Amino acid sequence: MPELTLVKAVNRALDEALSLDDAVVLLGQDIGQDEGVFRVTEGLLKKYGPNRVIDTPLAEAAIIGGAVGMAAYGLKPVPEMQFSGFFYQAYHQVENHVSRMRNRTRGRIGMNMVIRMPYGGGIRAVEHHSESREAIYAHTPGLTMVIPSGPRNARALLLTSILKYPDPVIFFEPKLIYRAFKENVPDEPEFLPIGKAQVVREGTQLTLISYGATMRPTLEAARDLAEDDGVSVEVIDLLSVAPLDTETITASVRKTGRAVVIHEGHRRCGIGSEVVARIVENALDCLEAPIKRVTGYDIIFPYFSREAPYLINAERVKHAAKEVLEY
Amino acid sequence: MPRKTLTIKSKVESLSILDEKGNLDADLDPKLSTQKSLELYRLMLLARRLDERCINLQRQGRIGTYGPCRGQEAAHCASGILMTPEDWVVYAFREPGTAIFRGWPIEHSMYFWGGFEEGCRPPEGVNDLPMCVPIASQVPHGMGLAWAMKLRGDPHCVLTYLGDGATSEGDFHEAMNFAGVYKLPCIFLVQNNHWAISIPVANQTASQTIAHKAVAYGFNGIQVDGNDPLAVYVATKEAADKARKGGGPTLIEAVTYRMSVHTTADDPTKYRSDDEVKAWEKRDPIVRFAKYLKKRRILSEDLEQKIENEIQTEVRAAVERYETYCKSVDPSIVFDYMYADPAPEIVRQREEYRACLVREGVLKT
Repeated sequence: MPELTLVKAVNRALDEALSLDDAVVLLGQDIGQDEGVFRVTEGLLKKYGPNRVIDTPLAEAAIIGGAVGMAAYGLKPVPEMQFSGFFYQAYHQVENHVSRMRNRTRGRIGMNMVIRMPYGGGIRAVEHHSESREAIYAHTPGLTMVIPSGPRNARALLLTSILKYPDPVIFFEPKLIYRAFKENVPDEPEFLPIGKAQVVREGTQLTLISYGATMRPTLEAARDLAEDDGVSVEVIDLLSVAPLDTETITASVRKTGRAVVIHEGHRRCGIGSEVVARIVENALDCLEAPIKRVTGYDIIFPYFSREAPYLINAERVKHAAKEVLEY
Repeated sequence: MPRKTLTIKSKVESLSILDEKGNLDADLDPKLSTQKSLELYRLMLLARRLDERCINLQRQGRIGTYGPCRGQEAAHCASGILMTPEDWVVYAFREPGTAIFRGWPIEHSMYFWGGFEEGCRPPEGVNDLPMCVPIASQVPHGMGLAWAMKLRGDPHCVLTYLGDGATSEGDFHEAMNFAGVYKLPCIFLVQNNHWAISIPVANQTASQTIAHKAVAYGFNGIQVDGNDPLAVYVATKEAADKARKGGGPTLIEAVTYRMSVHTTADDPTKYRSDDEVKAWEKRDPIVRFAKYLKKRRILSEDLEQKIENEIQTEVRAAVERYETYCKSVDPSIVFDYMYADPAPEIVRQREEYRACLVREGVLKT
């Protein structure tokens, strides 16, 4: 069982998908010869050739629109957007076609497509390279919005999305943690159900809910709260923000009575808004305190010289947790 | 470092075979068989009668806003009939004749313009994408289908329809560019009907032709008289043969005219003159083709009437099927095809909606 970083785990899932199903095609800018600007596609052009790993001209709408045609023909395209900040140039294709084709054609033509892209801040990148806009895609009917938080679940979720999920998936890769840590990834292909959250730490007094890159400060806060303050903290990793696993969230909050939602994306109409709404709908009678949101603010993401203090850290999560615990 | 004029390899041609006065360039005449000629004539006339019927249905409130194809029957039917079942067709929204040729039921137009998702469901075995309203957004799909064919090594081609307005959109240029780079088996057929709602083609582009936009992407373009079914047929046939043999894409500009409104919600008297419309009426593709077929003794007055009667009967039956179906539709089926395997939240919302409809008396159970 090799230890892999997240970037290597994604590479491995792509390699396995290409090897297991000859309908799988990767396409995007600089993914072939250059092996991706983050080296996610390292070695894949050499192994599978230019008909499976395709360097495209620089045009997001044609990459996604072309993938629509490929998927209609029965291929399983896996287009890469180099950064989520450039996905807007293809957004009309996603809104008007990718998300709607199954419904429009009354089930005749599905879009077995996984659109991968790195998202989020923290790598000191230039403007337009740091946003977290998962809420846009979570809000778009017909899409499924998946965000892994570590190497093992990234590999399993990506493999599942490509090989076992017949509808379009927007797959956000937390680039801050592409190389931050390693995990054991099983030798055999591993799959995870799409739309299911995971309870990654069990507890009885407080529920912390997060996903993606902010799972790290969330787990660090949970550990500190337990070790320093003796609080029993449960932590949920959503993994999929659309659909959202209401059952897992509700069951946890009904048990703990207290919740904090953590994400880097903006607060207004963010994923946290939906999580809070579902808790209120399903577990209001169990709440011991108002729910807190530790999120990005409703402002443009700071340019990189000001991003370090803006990023969510464990201290902020603990501060919110204590407010909720002491209410 | 001299300054010199470059020789560009791409070729741009112009083609007209049968003009509006009935003059025929016999050398260029594809001499379609009697059967093929009548099939094409019948298809064009069916598109015309269906179009007229749909406008009436809209006026009577039996369908919603309708976008007619009057005047463009040659441009779409004479290209569409060249597509084999293995080829794919990607529509804009003024090509009902091609769709019927491909196997869509006549009433699919009524479903679509009548506000039912069923109008976008390609019948089993029909390799088409549904009509596409967001202008030019279908063009990359045609390119992508052709890309998939090429990756799979399948010797087929894709016919993608668009209008003159679509050539201003980025999607058109991006798709043309990819098609050129990968030498894809694509035919991009622009129905230049001169008007994008109120914007004349001169206001859409400063290019001398739309056809030569292909030059920038490294392949050939051809401008044809879009009201001449023979020219449209020949240009499409050449493009299809080339594409299927691995020769890459072609841009066809079919110069035609939107003889009717943009849609039934539009009043063209605000922006164009009656004289212009009348001038184009003299170039009517169906009248022109009928004259030619009569000269070739393929079409007689008796046969013309027989075809007319058959078409009227078919369109009437299609309207009946449409209206019978409308009455039986459960409004909650809008949930049914969102996902192959819907998540619990969608299932619950569907139940919530059904309960709501039962409460409000729309559904019994």
